[in-house]
Amino acid sequence: MEFILSFVTQSLVQSDGDFWLPPRRSTYAVEIDWMFSFILYLSAFFFALIVGLMVWFCIRYRAREGGGPQPSPSHNLKLELVWTIIPLLLVIAIFYEGFRGFMRLSVPPQNAYNINVTGQKWKWLFSYPNGYVDEALHVPVDRPVRLTMTSEDVIHSLYIPAFRLKKDVVPGRYHTVWFNATAAGEYDLFCAEFCGKDHSNMITKAVVHPPGEFEKWLEDASNFLAKMPPHEAGEKLYKVRGCAQCHSIDGKANTGPTFKGLMGHEVALKGGTTIVVDENYIRESILEPNAKVVAGFQPVMPTFKGRIKDEEITAIIEYLKTLTE
Amino acid sequence: MATQTSTIPAGGLAGARDSAEKNYLNESKGILSWLTTLDHKRIGVMYLICILGAFFLGGMSAVLLRTEHLSGTPNLMEADAYNKLFTLHGAVMIFLFIIPGIPAALGNFVLPIMLGAKDVAFPRLNLCSWYLWVIGAVCALLSLLLGGFDTGWTFYTPYSTSSPFQGVIPIVTGAFILGFSSIFTGLNFIVTIHKLRAPGMGWFKMPLFLWGLYSTALIQVLATPVLGITLLLLIVERALGVGIFDPALGGDPVLFQHFFWFYSHPAVYIMIVPAMGVISELISVFSRKHIFSYQFIAYSSIAIAAFGFIVWGHHMFTSGQSELMNTIFSLLTFSVAIPSAIKVFNWTATMYKGSIVFKTPQLYALSFLFLFGIGGLTGLFLATLSTDIHLHDTYFVVAHFHYVMFGGTVIAFLGALHYWWPKMFGKMYNENWGRVACLLIFIGFNMTFFTQFAMGSQGMPRRYFNYTEGYTTYHVVSTIGSYIMAVGFFVIAGYLYYSLIRGRKAPDNPWGGASLEWQTSSPPPVENFKKDPIVGDPYDFSNLKYDPAIGGYVRVDAQGVAS
Ligand code: HEC
Ligand SMILES: [Cu+2]
Repeated sequence: MEFILSFVTQSLVQSDGDFWLPPRRSTYAVEIDWMFSFILYLSAFFFALIVGLMVWFCIRYRAREGGGPQPSPSHNLKLELVWTIIPLLLVIAIFYEGFRGFMRLSVPPQNAYNINVTGQKWKWLFSYPNGYVDEALHVPVDRPVRLTMTSEDVIHSLYIPAFRLKKDVVPGRYHTVWFNATAAGEYDLFCAEFCGKDHSNMITKAVVHPPGEFEKWLEDASNFLAKMPPHEAGEKLYKVRGCAQCHSIDGKANTGPTFKGLMGHEVALKGGTTIVVDENYIRESILEPNAKVVAGFQPVMPTFKGRIKDEEITAIIEYLKTLTE
Repeated sequence: MATQTSTIPAGGLAGARDSAEKNYLNESKGILSWLTTLDHKRIGVMYLICILGAFFLGGMSAVLLRTEHLSGTPNLMEADAYNKLFTLHGAVMIFLFIIPGIPAALGNFVLPIMLGAKDVAFPRLNLCSWYLWVIGAVCALLSLLLGGFDTGWTFYTPYSTSSPFQGVIPIVTGAFILGFSSIFTGLNFIVTIHKLRAPGMGWFKMPLFLWGLYSTALIQVLATPVLGITLLLLIVERALGVGIFDPALGGDPVLFQHFFWFYSHPAVYIMIVPAMGVISELISVFSRKHIFSYQFIAYSSIAIAAFGFIVWGHHMFTSGQSELMNTIFSLLTFSVAIPSAIKVFNWTATMYKGSIVFKTPQLYALSFLFLFGIGGLTGLFLATLSTDIHLHDTYFVVAHFHYVMFGGTVIAFLGALHYWWPKMFGKMYNENWGRVACLLIFIGFNMTFFTQFAMGSQGMPRRYFNYTEGYTTYHVVSTIGSYIMAVGFFVIAGYLYYSLIRGRKAPDNPWGGASLEWQTSSPPPVENFKKDPIVGDPYDFSNLKYDPAIGGYVRVDAQGVAS
């Protein structure tokens, strides 16, 4: 008995998907999927009714030699009222249920775990309460999580099909969403609002950790400087610290000069002097960007003084070295 | 068989005499006589040629897009090219083809004749509309030359004000100008319907197609100015850096969406309401049966037009607008479902006890019922708040609006084109090829778009150049469907063209329609009627009788004698 009960609730909460819907992995998805199925069956009924009548009439009343239309009234108020009022009641019911489901997914519970999200062309950054930033969304299972989201540039939209969750990520304001993941695993996280060239590559994963493992993951990940080889840690910093927004690694100048081949290269500075790039120059460029400004660029790089640790600068330097080989 | 010949010139037997007769096509000659014409029929034909050109451009870009999607990785093009192409497809299909499609091309031709009038109220304004369309189209082409545009036809800010491609301002200018073309047409139709109805034609004796065009015209006149001002603001922001929508300049990006959908949702009804009018004509004529519940259908057109103005927010359920707004817009949106449902029930009831003839236009009307049924019902998933959150901006939405816009409007357009073709050009096309093409399009369409419902509800976002594994099968089926559809369209182009040069001469009334355009010759004379038409119930077919000798219907009196 207990087994059956747990099986039923389990299959209510989770489903591995069917023809119409993807796997279901959040608490409120049950209600949404129920609504989806209800509308589906109702629509199927009305569609069958209309098309069935249409086909039947087409066969029964097809034009025949010598035949013609048979007299029948061309108006019937009762019939009109019936097929006005029944659909009206049905859509009001659908509206109400949809509204209830929507309120459930709009109001985050008080104790939700907060993660800040930034969308930018064309990646996602998730920043955890301890300040650690990652390119994938990591969350614990069975715990309400709230995302506070904003965008650096244009409108994006965070979409996790398995959670039935979507919300636009708009520059200049914060939007919040929440969910409670019901099973550990990795799920697709898409950008759903067109945002330019690599819109369709603005994809990452929502990683749901089994009970107790999220905290361990966060601790390990936050310690990546100690755990990863320095150049790998540097690459990660390059991405999550925003350097990638102004500096490319493919040789094309952006807001700032490219990092490709930078190390050891001779750079022309504003004012006519030149300098060969070494560790100290990079360190200075990060901490005092306006001390030496590269010729042909605006002095718009923000200073990272006080916001970046020495080990991090070392890691970035190690990463830059790999771009010269 | 009738012994007396009709006073209204009939084709067939009298063909030799008729071919020498003057009509609007041969009254004057030379390209200039067309470009300066004030005849609504010629303007309608010029519109038809132009929008078919636009449809070809939009259709070919769709085939390329579908081909790109044969796999989830780059096949034919780069991401930027793909993004420009889907934007082009949307913008061309919406602004250049589907909005002017039924009203400006076919409506222009038949509206005055159906009213028993000589022309529209303002013939010069009518020609001006056409020229504005042409200028708008030139702007669109210009923007392609200047580097194209990749904003999506929705031009959402701040992407559209910051997109790297320089074609944005020209295309937005083009859309702005096309808006005026649409407003002028709407204005013209409203005044024409109010003022130029033939004596005896009360509002409720008008064919329902005219109710459709009237409702459409109201929306065109009231909603399009909002699009105009929105696009103007967009141009100002992009060109001069004035902060209206871009938060970096102190603007509000979501404001743009409100403005945009305030027009573009009603615009959906600019596209579908005339199509519904067409279906009312076709179903009734080809069932040889009075339309069921004329008044409900007429009023439901007006109701759709009115409700259409207060539901725009349903495009923005995930945009961050307040929960209260979402709730109100969801509720209001369902209100539009009712008049649409009423129409569908009434069309079905019209066939009851009829004598249904399966000519090509009727096949399109039946396809419409099937496809619009799916399009309308899937709208319920999107009007419902909780399910829309999941489905918004996925292929489910793409499939939904193609079922409504293509399965509804384009199918009705094709039905209308086949229905009025003999009247417009005085030629009959090959009925069997017509049926084959309709079948190809029906099958191809469902393959293309039904699969998109499933992939959308499975989570495939729209406007994706690459896609993740798992959606491949759907995409391949969808692409094959689009090829079948394309073949269908080439078949249509083939036999319609053939009909112009070799087609059998069309009788005045090939289908037995009772509205006034079937009382004049095919094609009509410049002044539309040689003799004042007899105004009666447009859905009373009892005094029309098929005459095999002329291959069309003639009017008979109570004794069955041609009158
Ligand atoms: C807002 C854009 C922006 C961001 C973000 C940014 N930079 Fe810069 N950076 C620039 C610009 C512009 C220059 C060239 C002008 C100058 O020298 O100040 C520059 C110059 C540099 C240089 C000198 C390059 C050369 O060719 O001599 C280095 C090194 C550098 N940045 C590193 C970084 C690192 C590391 C980060 C991330 C922690 C970063 N930048 C983030 C804009 C940026
Ligand atoms: Cu995006």
